[in-house]
Amino acid sequence: MAEVVRFFIDGKECMAKNGDYLLQAAKENGIYIPTLCHYDGLKPKGSCRVCTCKVNGRLMTACTTPIAEGMMIESNTLEIEEMRKSIIELFFVDGNHFCPTCEKSGYCELQALAYRYRITAPRYPFLFPLKRVVADYAKIIIDHNRCVLCKRCVRAIKDEMGKSFFAYRRRGQNIEVILDKRMSDRMSFEIALEAENICPVGAIMAKRTAFTTPIGYRKFDKITIGSDIEKIKTK
Amino acid sequence: MAEKKIIATTSLAGCFGCHMSILDIDERLLDLIEIVEFNKSPINDIKKFTRKCDIGLIEGGCCNSENVHVLKLFRENCRILVALGECAIMGGLPAMRNGIPLKECIEEAYLNGITVHSNTQKIVPNDPELPILLDRVYPCSDIVKIDYSIPGCPPHADLIWATLYSLITGKESDIPYEVFKYD
Repeated sequence: MAEVVRFFIDGKECMAKNGDYLLQAAKENGIYIPTLCHYDGLKPKGSCRVCTCKVNGRLMTACTTPIAEGMMIESNTLEIEEMRKSIIELFFVDGNHFCPTCEKSGYCELQALAYRYRITAPRYPFLFPLKRVVADYAKIIIDHNRCVLCKRCVRAIKDEMGKSFFAYRRRGQNIEVILDKRMSDRMSFEIALEAENICPVGAIMAKRTAFTTPIGYRKFDKITIGSDIEKIKTK
Repeated sequence: MAEKKIIATTSLAGCFGCHMSILDIDERLLDLIEIVEFNKSPINDIKKFTRKCDIGLIEGGCCNSENVHVLKLFRENCRILVALGECAIMGGLPAMRNGIPLKECIEEAYLNGITVHSNTQKIVPNDPELPILLDRVYPCSDIVKIDYSIPGCPPHADLIWATLYSLITGKESDIPYEVFKYD
């Protein structure tokens, strides 16, 4: 039996099921906590740190923190928002994010977060790391320049046996996502599209699908990321 | 009426798209020339700074020695320096060559590229008059201090207008979500 607990986000009283993750609980209460690596229905990973909140005075990632009775959470404060902004800026300098040429532009969650925070330019120097573009798979292209290592593709895209198509290889700063060569041969177009959609940025692209929607009609062209959640609050 | 603000603009390693976007402010150009005067700029073809400027708009990043020279000149002569567009902010499309050695880039452009037909003598331009290409393309903020950035490829005309208006008049502008874009 689910027990309902009471907690506070920025002083606002909220209710959720005991043990629910904070990100989800906040969403149910009409409060948007920005995130990049989390995807509804997937086991949380806590890799991007964008959803970091102050929980009872300590910094915790909202996607991996279970809610408990009486928790005091700071989310929309100057300190936290500024920190999130700087994390997003770090993503931009850590990879090679050329928005003007990117097929995912307008659908990219990293870009949408940057729009939300009105980031004109990152405060950090661009690193221009040397990354590969792998286009020799049958159905997809993996562009490591854009990858933010959220692990969504590894966690979500599985075959009927529950085996992941994608995996990490190497460690530390050399870590990258790869697609199992043998499994890529039997990857269907539907799964390729699914992989493209699960990727928050343009690192995984299904072949021969790009630039189908005109500018102005794309997902984040007119709508701020998270505004759908915040609308629930004002009902 | 208060004294007119002086604006200078330049295009470094850019495509002039950002300058086109300045012209896209349409009839507001008439309002603009009421409150500003242009100094060194491709718009009026003034080649040299004739006085210190209030605002310098920089389009494009730095891909050769001349770009660096001009950018430093702008920093010396402009009180406020604004990076206009993705190329000035982060190098943009020219910076896509940053992972490729310069030698390979030149050989692809002049010798080995599939569209190279007429270069039968295999000449790579090497005149001392030509600016020297840098090892990679640098964002403007890597060379000099940039005060403000206007994102976009090109930046939306409304965004340029709002920024210029705010810088000139000192009043805050309301920038709608739709005009703040990176592409």
